[in-house]
Amino acid sequence: MSMTSIPLLSILIFFPLLGAVLLLFADRKRTLFIKVFTLVISLIEFVISLPLFFLFDEKAKVMQFVEKAQWFPEWGISYFLGIDGISLLLVMLTTFLTIICVLCSWESIEERVKEYYITFLFLETAMIGTLCSLDLILFYIFWELMLVPMYLLIGIWGGPRRIYAAIKFFLFTMAGSVLMLLAILALYFTYFNESGVYTFNVLELYKASIPIVKQYWLFGAFALSFAIKVPMFPVHTWLPDAHTEAPTAGSVILAGVLLKMGTYGFLRFAIPLFPGAAFDAVPIISTLAVIGIIYGAIVSMMQPDLKRLIAFSSVSHLGYVMLGMFAFNMQGMEGSIYQMLNHGISTGGLFLIVGMVYERRHTRMIAEFGGLSKVMPVFAVFFMIITLSSIALPGTNGFVGEFLILLGAFKANKVYGVLATTGVVLGAVYMLWMFQRVMFGVVTKEENKKLKDLGAREILILVPMVFLIILMGVYPKMFFKKMDTTVVAYMAFLKGKSAQHMPVSQVAAIPGMAGSEVIDKATKSTK
Amino acid sequence: MDVVIPASDFRWILPEIALTGWALLLLLIGGFGKGTISSRVSGILCLVGSLFTIYYTVGLWGTRQDVFNGLYTIDDYGTFLKVLFLAILALIALISLKYGEETGIGSGEYYSLLMFGVLGMMVMVSSHSFVTIFIGLEVMSLSIYVLCGLMRDNVKSVEASLKYFLLGAFATAFLLYGIALIYASTGLVDVVELKQYILSKQPVAAPMFYIGLGLLIVGFGFKIASVPFHMWTPDVYQGAPTSVTAYMATGVKAAAFGALMRVFYTAFLPLISGWSEILWVIAVLTMCVGNITALVQQDVKRMLAYSSIAHAGYILVAFVTGDKVLSSSVLFYLVAYAFMNIGAFTVVMVLGRKGDENTDIESYAGLGRRHPFVALSMSIFLLSLAGVPPLAGFAGKFYVFSAAIKAHYYWLAVIGVLTSAIAAYYYLRVIMYMYFKEPSTMADPVENEPQYGASMLICIWALLHIGIFPRYFLLLAQKAVGIFS
Repeated sequence: MSMTSIPLLSILIFFPLLGAVLLLFADRKRTLFIKVFTLVISLIEFVISLPLFFLFDEKAKVMQFVEKAQWFPEWGISYFLGIDGISLLLVMLTTFLTIICVLCSWESIEERVKEYYITFLFLETAMIGTLCSLDLILFYIFWELMLVPMYLLIGIWGGPRRIYAAIKFFLFTMAGSVLMLLAILALYFTYFNESGVYTFNVLELYKASIPIVKQYWLFGAFALSFAIKVPMFPVHTWLPDAHTEAPTAGSVILAGVLLKMGTYGFLRFAIPLFPGAAFDAVPIISTLAVIGIIYGAIVSMMQPDLKRLIAFSSVSHLGYVMLGMFAFNMQGMEGSIYQMLNHGISTGGLFLIVGMVYERRHTRMIAEFGGLSKVMPVFAVFFMIITLSSIALPGTNGFVGEFLILLGAFKANKVYGVLATTGVVLGAVYMLWMFQRVMFGVVTKEENKKLKDLGAREILILVPMVFLIILMGVYPKMFFKKMDTTVVAYMAFLKGKSAQHMPVSQVAAIPGMAGSEVIDKATKSTK
Repeated sequence: MDVVIPASDFRWILPEIALTGWALLLLLIGGFGKGTISSRVSGILCLVGSLFTIYYTVGLWGTRQDVFNGLYTIDDYGTFLKVLFLAILALIALISLKYGEETGIGSGEYYSLLMFGVLGMMVMVSSHSFVTIFIGLEVMSLSIYVLCGLMRDNVKSVEASLKYFLLGAFATAFLLYGIALIYASTGLVDVVELKQYILSKQPVAAPMFYIGLGLLIVGFGFKIASVPFHMWTPDVYQGAPTSVTAYMATGVKAAAFGALMRVFYTAFLPLISGWSEILWVIAVLTMCVGNITALVQQDVKRMLAYSSIAHAGYILVAFVTGDKVLSSSVLFYLVAYAFMNIGAFTVVMVLGRKGDENTDIESYAGLGRRHPFVALSMSIFLLSLAGVPPLAGFAGKFYVFSAAIKAHYYWLAVIGVLTSAIAAYYYLRVIMYMYFKEPSTMADPVENEPQYGASMLICIWALLHIGIFPRYFLLLAQKAVGIFS
């Protein structure tokens, strides 16, 4: 039987849900069984996702592993799944990070263990569903479904101000997404008036030619919803609260996957559906992205709380992703997608690190630490590598992404490029300063003198993260070749779709080099 | 004029006859029997009676027949709503089995009043004569005036009854006066004939006619609890026995919308540009006032009352558009709304104790731990009310707002979704209390009786089923509104 005849994506989406349902019947007192069961489910899920990566046809421009079934034909709603080079990598990231999250919750979650793991598996279903949906209604259903488990994760297992943070998180995202729902409907009826066909199929809707004024409105609604999720300045205020209050695994999955849903939404929906408006929005989005980069970095610098610091650094990092995307050239786009993965791994890693420190000391205040490298040498090594990845040291994954984004940004507009580059410097400042205060110097606090170094489980969690950081830093081609064809086709589509809206310089930039060539040059130059 | 009623007409109203028979039987039992046994027997009989009547009513699907010289009509629109009313009745009877015993209201007369109320609703939606609609409305209202006050030694219940009765009498007067003025200016009480009259006499100039139309809106506005005719709702909903509240919030609302839609989509459709503007404003006010006032409620029953005001606003959004095909979304919404509301009120009842209803939000604290199943069910009902997919509440909102967008009522839709985002806050707040908060005092363990459990499971199943596979229900609703084309 050929692999393509198996509904791989459906299995991938609903397998965790099946696990969650089975867990419902588990005895709540047998926590070890529950943990092992969830771990097995998430491992199997990862194994199921591996064939996606290896069977994915790198040369094909079309959606792959497509599944389509009628759901509500009169309204043009279908169960339509498929992935391309962009979603493939994010799906992999999701299945990978879920394992890490299950492992890192092993000891930190002691209350309502059963509910916790059920919630987590439910969240995984929603996330993968969001990434694979090619029908707008299906996408919206999974998109909203992600909210509920995340709300519970923050609200039940979070820190002291968890209730405030959970509600803020829910309301911000909900307000954005209901407006998107209206935009989806408006798009649907517009397409009907144009073609006489009712459909929510995204690939069909890409073909619509919508008057530019209408595009502004619809793009605005979509962009607001996604910008809240990203989060972009100035709708980012829910993020520090949510990150700070969430349990470690919640923060990891929030940074690792949920924020990517925003940027992914721009790539998959907001830009290709309304290219004209997207091009015209370049100055606004780029400006906000640059503000986010610099503002996030400066605010990070001032944070006394480790988790808050990393949360604000996310605002800065996601600013790069947005800037690269809206450079509308090959380098920016590929850098942006790569940076999504990077951020998931390096910021996820940082949250894991903080979680480990927190489990030992029950504080996250930088001032409470100092000199930890002497007490916990193994921990120091991992922390260092992840920190360096976060500040984009050459040889780590962060460098590749940031470099490409800056390349793209300079090509598109020098001013944005220059401003964004200052963010790189600031990033190094706050991260290294933080690292120095926590890890170096003499051990001043009595409690820190007897801290235990990492245990086997913790090393097991961090090793794959560090492995990926280095793999993606020195051999990015492995990942770029998966997305090259998709991005080339994507850029060509955008170019064809609204050449009239694009400045000439940008149009000229599109057919340029394929991403992997650029990467090869970039990595070579660093050696 | 000789009025001849063929005997064959009666077979078309078998469901109504059956329902009346059952109700009278229950009244007899109430007169002879006393105590728990009689209460339980009456409850079970009521449940069986409603299921029995559903069976008869479903058989009428596809029939279109005017009977009794046009005073009564059998069509898919009426049948659809009738099945809904009877389903509501069955669920209410189910949850009343225990609640009636506990509160001492569950006598034969209670169940027979429930059935008479539904009889009124059924009459209301199966006629295109103002006179019959009015009679149905009164049969329904009189039953409910009494039902509200059944907890005789509870001051709030008596207050609710009196308040509903006084204000209801006003509303009735408005409605009747409206009908009278329309009759005075046109000489007609039949909505179909009225439509032809209006079409032939464009424009209809008589001010008396328009005043009548306005009074009709007031009268119906009271029954559907739209702003500014909503003042009675929170007090009455809070004071009435919870089972009656659930009955009013779903059944009465559905009946009033059913009659309103039949009148406005038939007789007054040619004048839509006029009344849709008024209803536009009412819809916006209803959504805003309902949702914003619900935000500050500390009592869950009261919060649900305000939320039901807000939901009337959403339904009005679809109503305003005047799109005959998309008006099916009104019916669809009413179905979804019935299940989520009855579910939520069932949970309110489960938490109630003898003599103490425990409707304060504090009594929900820690419910997630005290009784996971009840908490999970309540979360599903609230999330559905908030419009989170893939539950039926989302599908309902989706069709309502798509009706608005299709008819280019963009601002109405935007206000609608923004207020529903506000609404998410107060629904979430209950979920927050259930899962995130610890109970402040030693809270009683929750005893979930099987009747409540069954009702919750039915509602959850319905919400998931309608939410994930909405097609079948929407097609039925579309067939039902086919009578307007």
